[in-house]
Amino acid sequence: MIKFFLMVNKQGQTRLSRYYEHVEIHKRTMLEAEVIKNCLSRSREQCSFIEYKDFKLVYRQYAALFIVVGISETENEMAVYELIHNFVEVLDRYFSRVSELDIMFNLDRVHIILDEMVLNGCIVETNKNRILAPLFVLDKMAES
Amino acid sequence: MSDVVERTLSALPGLLGQHDLGAGPGGGPGRFSATSRLGGLIRSITALSSKHEEEKLIQQEQTNLKATVSAPTTTLRLMKECMVRLIYCEMLGYESSFGYIHAIKLAQQGNLLEKRVGYLAVSLFLHENHELLLLLVNTVVKDLQSTNLVEVCMALTVVSQIFPREMIPAVLPLIEDKLQHSKEIIRRKAVQALYKFYLIAPNQVQHIHDKFRKALCDRDVGVMAASLHVYLQMIKKNASGYKDLTESFVTILKQVVGGKLPIDFNYHSVPAPWLQIQLLRILGLLGKDDPRTSELMYGVLDESLRRAEINHNITYGLKALTYVIQQDPNLALQHQMTIIECLDHPDPIIKRETLELLYRITNGQNVTVIVEKMLDYLRQSKEEYTIINLTGKIAELAEKYAPDNGWFIQTMNAVFSVGGDVMHPDIPNNFLRLLAEGFDDEKEDEQLRLYAVQSYLSLLEEEDTFYPQKFLQVMSWVLGEYSYLTNDGDPEVTITRLHRLLKQTFVTSETKAWIMTAITKMSSRLSCSKTVDKLIQEFSTSLDTCIRQYAFELKHLCENKELMKKLLPLDASCDEIMVDASLSFLDGFVAEGLSCGAAPYKPHHQRQEEKLSQEKALNFEPYGLSFTSSMSSSGFTGRQSPAGLSLGSDMSGNSAEIGQKETNCLKLDGVRKLWGKEGYLPKKENKTGKEDKTQPVPLDSILIGHVVDPPLMQSEQQVVSLSEEEKEKQQLASTLFVGLGSNSTMSLMGRADTINQKLKKKSKISESQNSEEASSFQNIATLPFSPLPDTTPNNKENFQGNEHLGLRKVSLSPSEVLETSVSFDTSQSLTEAGLDEKLSNCRLSTSSLFADRNIEVFQPPQNVPDIVASKAPLSLCLPEELAGHPHSEIVELCSCDILTVYSCKVWTDDCSLLVLFVANNSTSPLKTVNLVFESTEHFKIFESLSYHFPVIEAQSIERCQKCVQLEKVCTEGILSGSISYHLDTDTHLEFSLTFSLSDFIRPMKITTEDFGRLWLSFSNDVKQNINMSPSQGSLSIALNALKQKLKLHIVEIIGNEGIAACQLLPSIPCLLHCRTHARTLALWFRSSCSALPDSLLYQCQKMMAES
Repeated sequence: MIKFFLMVNKQGQTRLSRYYEHVEIHKRTMLEAEVIKNCLSRSREQCSFIEYKDFKLVYRQYAALFIVVGISETENEMAVYELIHNFVEVLDRYFSRVSELDIMFNLDRVHIILDEMVLNGCIVETNKNRILAPLFVLDKMAES
Repeated sequence: MSDVVERTLSALPGLLGQHDLGAGPGGGPGRFSATSRLGGLIRSITALSSKHEEEKLIQQEQTNLKATVSAPTTTLRLMKECMVRLIYCEMLGYESSFGYIHAIKLAQQGNLLEKRVGYLAVSLFLHENHELLLLLVNTVVKDLQSTNLVEVCMALTVVSQIFPREMIPAVLPLIEDKLQHSKEIIRRKAVQALYKFYLIAPNQVQHIHDKFRKALCDRDVGVMAASLHVYLQMIKKNASGYKDLTESFVTILKQVVGGKLPIDFNYHSVPAPWLQIQLLRILGLLGKDDPRTSELMYGVLDESLRRAEINHNITYGLKALTYVIQQDPNLALQHQMTIIECLDHPDPIIKRETLELLYRITNGQNVTVIVEKMLDYLRQSKEEYTIINLTGKIAELAEKYAPDNGWFIQTMNAVFSVGGDVMHPDIPNNFLRLLAEGFDDEKEDEQLRLYAVQSYLSLLEEEDTFYPQKFLQVMSWVLGEYSYLTNDGDPEVTITRLHRLLKQTFVTSETKAWIMTAITKMSSRLSCSKTVDKLIQEFSTSLDTCIRQYAFELKHLCENKELMKKLLPLDASCDEIMVDASLSFLDGFVAEGLSCGAAPYKPHHQRQEEKLSQEKALNFEPYGLSFTSSMSSSGFTGRQSPAGLSLGSDMSGNSAEIGQKETNCLKLDGVRKLWGKEGYLPKKENKTGKEDKTQPVPLDSILIGHVVDPPLMQSEQQVVSLSEEEKEKQQLASTLFVGLGSNSTMSLMGRADTINQKLKKKSKISESQNSEEASSFQNIATLPFSPLPDTTPNNKENFQGNEHLGLRKVSLSPSEVLETSVSFDTSQSLTEAGLDEKLSNCRLSTSSLFADRNIEVFQPPQNVPDIVASKAPLSLCLPEELAGHPHSEIVELCSCDILTVYSCKVWTDDCSLLVLFVANNSTSPLKTVNLVFESTEHFKIFESLSYHFPVIEAQSIERCQKCVQLEKVCTEGILSGSISYHLDTDTHLEFSLTFSLSDFIRPMKITTEDFGRLWLSFSNDVKQNINMSPSQGSLSIALNALKQKLKLHIVEIIGNEGIAACQLLPSIPCLLHCRTHARTLALWFRSSCSALPDSLLYQCQKMMAES
């Protein structure tokens, strides 16, 4: 069970946040700050899983951007670790060489992509073509 | 790939401001449109440098947005942009609830992308129970009926994210229809929506379970995969309901693993890894504890493992490996080099995991290397939890596998000096017991002791070295007890070293008492010693009363060497000591006092009682005074201070308590008691018990572990050229993994390895004892020179409440000794009780204070709470010694073609026995049949949780009996376990049986006076009025009914009041006072255990209601 999906940069600014369990808005900022602090305190040699409070954090760093996923005790860390990379690959395909600004300027689209991949905290789709299909249709429709 | 991403992302800062990337949406994925308002916001956000600036910016933005969204001229396109800006505001932590309703409007009115963003905003802004969510329902219903597939998709997505539970019926039929849609994406999303409904309202989707099955068999992978989420949840709840689907899941997994899926399901050339994991999870749940179902899976699991992608995140691999190794140690061999790498890993998390793994694979051959690694880590760690954990493990390994005496003592020295005062008190306790009891080889024992003495002497040689208190205590005990073994050392030197310690400021007074004790013991072997004389002089004026006391004792003993030698015999820490419980040697003194006109002594509470109960009736209302505090606290006095053994010293300082104790002692007049060594040298055979507690590893975690195994390092042979470092590592590996081959014995969690246990404690006491109890090992130190014959009824602590449920060890300190608690009918000497124990092999070594042999034979409870099962064959019968006791019927617990297990409960006076019969129905003998009980918090099983039948002949029945004790008071609890045997294949049968509180209740025969006294001492009480039916009539009828069913002992009935007593085994008393008034029965329970009155009351209520 995935609890939240975050994209936070090294400065601790949140670039994307999606919660699969309801969390009050003011608590979210606190949580995000702590989470990124936790990730930043670890070196590259250290493993990508952190036991945090009653759940686990799985994170990956892409340049200055961290993708951090909070998961329950029973979720498989490796599955989520690879999910993050799959997500980045999908973004990369959609934006053809994704950058932090792509994500910022197309926050809605990134969310739509994520919604195709994760629903209710479950990994629901990992096939890149299928993840992007609905969005490509929307873009095409908007174009015409 | 990730490199590409990283490069692009790192190029970012330069991009900003350089370009006017105004391509905007439309041209495929929109590049940056920095000119728009959103662009402006984003630019401002990236330029933010402080929280204050952010606040100002967002407030400004919110004001703008408020104006824009409510303006009638705002186009939907602009509204969409506003929504994204609102998402930004909320993402940064600024609530923007003014925009929520507009998000819903946008979803309603917008066109495709706008609509999608509207839905997205709704799902981000609102939570499940938000009231605005209801406004979305109509839009969803409309979109579900749309002819535009994109709209249907969106509606289904939002439904599976967030939907009001009460509105499910409005959309359910529409979504069910979508299950037959021709497009896979619609079918898939419909299944996802139904999954959401299953999560929030499982009852509403009960009727469509068949449709889930259809989805599982869908021709499209995506739809099938979506249905797996539903199945995982349903199987989690009820695995047995879906066993028939096992084959389907296996087939699916086979196809996935076999690469039958379309190529775009591959992830880095692994076929749909997430789908595999999901399937493995489901199979894990289905196959758990079910060998038949599991068999269906083995083939495909093997295949999955073979093809599993080799992966590299080490901790995870290690964790998986740790699990796997519990099943098969040989697997560790394949990964030895990886493990070595992990040992030097800079990440402490990984290091800890590695050590955990090594701990599991330790054996007699690799123990030195592994323990060394663990000690290295221990020395570096600062965290208390880690230290406690590691010291425990090291001590355990050292005790189990020590190759020689020297190593063992050195290792324990390291443990004591690093573990210091945070380590578990069992470690020094066990260590000292091991030294004292020794092994079967007397010579070996002596060598070990000698080595210990020599090692401690050299440690103490250096001045001003700091050692933890616990370590010093261990040293002083050993030196006091065994320093005579060294021929070369001058005892004077040893005493000087100890004397030096006494003057150190870091030594606590508790430790000083230990040291004094040691010196006393040593000086008994010297004719005269200057140091001792000096010491006596020095400390006779000490401000520490305890030390002063010791000094005086030592002085007096030194004056009478004969007595001293008698008191402090050599190497007698394990000998039994006769104790005159009656203090009969004081009789002369008392008689003299009486003849001189002294009033006979009355204990404090007796005086109190006399005062209070001038009127003779049974008055239990408010007594006011309670001795609970003194009673419970005194039990621990002796444990905290070994100084307690001084004659006449008033350690407690509580006159009321002393008074109480004395009478009790006097009442015991003429009774000689003998306390056995089990009292002060508790035997702990919990090793096996502890190990048995290891939870069976959930299948799925193992499997998943396999799927993503850590990289296989090249094995030694394959490495052609080795760097020095590598060579070292390999050498280390070979020492670490030695003995892990298939033929060597392994100590694994869950398996007690007796063969390898070099330092296995000699079993001097056949009965095992409650491991919960830490022996008060301070008392061991003071024991051999007890200046007065002690009475220590080893049961008196039974009053001290629930913490001491089990078999209380004798602890020696006068404050306890004198406090013989309330005396009951103690006409039976404990020696006899001890003999009885040996007769019944399953009996606990405790001799209950209440075990006065007069216990009424009670009826077996009417409602035998066993699982209703077929009656056992007539040939089954209890052994003679048990048949005389009340017992339940023999019922079948579980069975298969090969064997059948029957159970019977036997309620003996002092324990509840569970007798299990295992019948071999087959025609061939069964070998290695193992019976294992699951550990539960409620019950304790003696001596271990498992039982091993080496062989059960064909068509014959074997029997095993276990004593069950209620560990945590509850009215009813389930004890489950399993039996496994090997015949062609390993088979595993599970069973469970119910125990109720009444299984553990026995009558307690006491007199009214005792009752009164006890009543005062208990603080936990519960009162309740129960309505009686006319048929229950008078008090005596009601009480008799309770007596029958609850096994109470009725102490007395006077008019409409009655008192009764019972005890929870082994001996927690509970008293009942009841009074009838009109049609109500007022029940009032008191006990030393807080949970007991409640539970008993509940039982009473139940019984009254039933009758």
